[in-house]
Amino acid sequence: MSSGNKTSNIHLSRASLGDDKPVKLPAESKAFIQKELKRYERRESALIPALFEAQKVFGWISEEVIDVLAMEMDIPHSRVAEVADFYTMFNKKPVGKYHIQVCTNISCAMVGARETADYFCSKLGMKLEEVSRDGKFTVSQVECLGSCGTAPMAQINDDYHENLTHEKIDKLIEKLK
Amino acid sequence: MEQKLLMKHYENDEYASYKGYVKHDGYAALKKAFTMKPDDIIAEVKNSGLRGRGGAGFSTGMKWSFLPKNNEPRFLLCNADEGEPGTFKDRMMMERAPHQLIEGMIISAFAIQSKKSYIYIRGEYNESYKIVEKALKEAYDAGMLGKNIMNSGFDHDMDVYRGAGAYIVGEETALISSLEGLKGQPKLKPPFPAVQGYLRKPTIVNNVETLAAVTWIITNGAGAYKKYGTEKSAGTKLFSVSGNINKPGVYEVPLGYPFKDLLENECGGMKQGFNFKALIPGGSSCPVLNKEEALKSTMDYECMSQLGSMLGSGGVIVIDDKQCMVDLLKVLMHFYHHESCGQCTPCREGTGWLEKLTNGIGAGTAKLEDVGLLDKVARHMMGTTICALSDAAALPVISFVSKFRDEFECHVREHRCKVKGKCHAQDHH
Repeated sequence: MSSGNKTSNIHLSRASLGDDKPVKLPAESKAFIQKELKRYERRESALIPALFEAQKVFGWISEEVIDVLAMEMDIPHSRVAEVADFYTMFNKKPVGKYHIQVCTNISCAMVGARETADYFCSKLGMKLEEVSRDGKFTVSQVECLGSCGTAPMAQINDDYHENLTHEKIDKLIEKLK
Repeated sequence: MEQKLLMKHYENDEYASYKGYVKHDGYAALKKAFTMKPDDIIAEVKNSGLRGRGGAGFSTGMKWSFLPKNNEPRFLLCNADEGEPGTFKDRMMMERAPHQLIEGMIISAFAIQSKKSYIYIRGEYNESYKIVEKALKEAYDAGMLGKNIMNSGFDHDMDVYRGAGAYIVGEETALISSLEGLKGQPKLKPPFPAVQGYLRKPTIVNNVETLAAVTWIITNGAGAYKKYGTEKSAGTKLFSVSGNINKPGVYEVPLGYPFKDLLENECGGMKQGFNFKALIPGGSSCPVLNKEEALKSTMDYECMSQLGSMLGSGGVIVIDDKQCMVDLLKVLMHFYHHESCGQCTPCREGTGWLEKLTNGIGAGTAKLEDVGLLDKVARHMMGTTICALSDAAALPVISFVSKFRDEFECHVREHRCKVKGKCHAQDHH
């Protein structure tokens, strides 16, 4: 527990030197995290919900975000970092405001999902995993999202978009732009 | 023919709400369960022949009976971390009938005398999470959860937990690690979760479909359930069917149902311009069946095992003649390499080598003997690790190479794909 505080203090001093913008959790996020810490039998179970909350606020999980969570939750930095690293839904680098995740696993691949991912990219004039210049889009290929019967599909942030066609994609992008 | 025991009311939108569920005799099974002794419920489930619907197919009643006979606190966990490629039935069950699952869980919890349960839902299923969360609130408000449920004297609390993207968490000991706030890595068994699971307490982990089936079994009895299916595969099963077919979707049929009928009748056959080529019968980890094997197969545990495959989670992946098997294996090997948790050397390194070899063969940069090497690496990965992910990666390799060797050799020898379709195997990396 003390190591969590220690790491965080180092970060605070780094931030105070003006190296980078200090990362601060909003009050409602802090309240949410404190509630989650009491919700489960083990405090550590609150790590995944807390990381989701932080990602909602900051868009991705940077070293600084891990520091702040470690301090807020009084859980060692290394524990927060390993959980953030293990699960694919936590972005380890910045992504666009709309993260377009196209499933390209077997059932989707068979009905042309890799071409679907390419179509998203060409439509937005970007490559996979890039962030568009306006910061709005990232296109990724991801593993099975359990939408095999309604393929091709893409998860954009929290929402599923199924049975995708070029026409549907055009409309979707138009709406998000 | 479809036999909708669990899916009977799924097309009715109001079935997802507490009110709509109760209108169709919802929570009547729970009321009945409270008139039974916990041990009698376990016996009923055991007699029904219900086998775990998540993939392993182990007897549910038997699993429950492994719990220690003492007063130690115990937990029930619902495995809703559906992640096996080709499988999407649990998602539908949670979205169409969350109370059927919740009711099955309360009955199961009462049977094993557990006061606390969790539904662990994969992170990507945000819609399912919201629906289950709402249903839990409704169940609490109606007094189906909490203290002294239906004046039975039984207390039970249920909560929902959202995962964050990791295929391996579908393995029950990994699911427990994840729920405890750790990396989702599997643990060595024994001790089995029934003896030492969540918080090192006795824990039962059951799949969504398994727990929902408990509701039906308690309402109608073990005998009624056994009327469906075969001797060793009792009841109905929900199959998620995908591929270039006319009507992909989830179908509930009695176990033992011929695959050919499922494809032709329920799924409306192959899409125009596509011919049936091969079948992965139970999710991506199950060995592939060639056309001849598939068309004579029946959808049950014993037939699939006789054919050297598995029924798994019931993720029926229909492969058509436009698909290159090297290309599909490449997709799968990328997946297993990505999802290996990294604990055990044969899996961590092996899945990497399987992917590299498959890519090399696809691109035509490999040597002909690499096709044999691919098979050899896979065989060395079997049974050498803590969990079954290593085997799950090896099994498709062995079956793909042995049944479609000509396609692999053509990629190497002639630097081309035999199949007339969109093969991505020759793409560069």
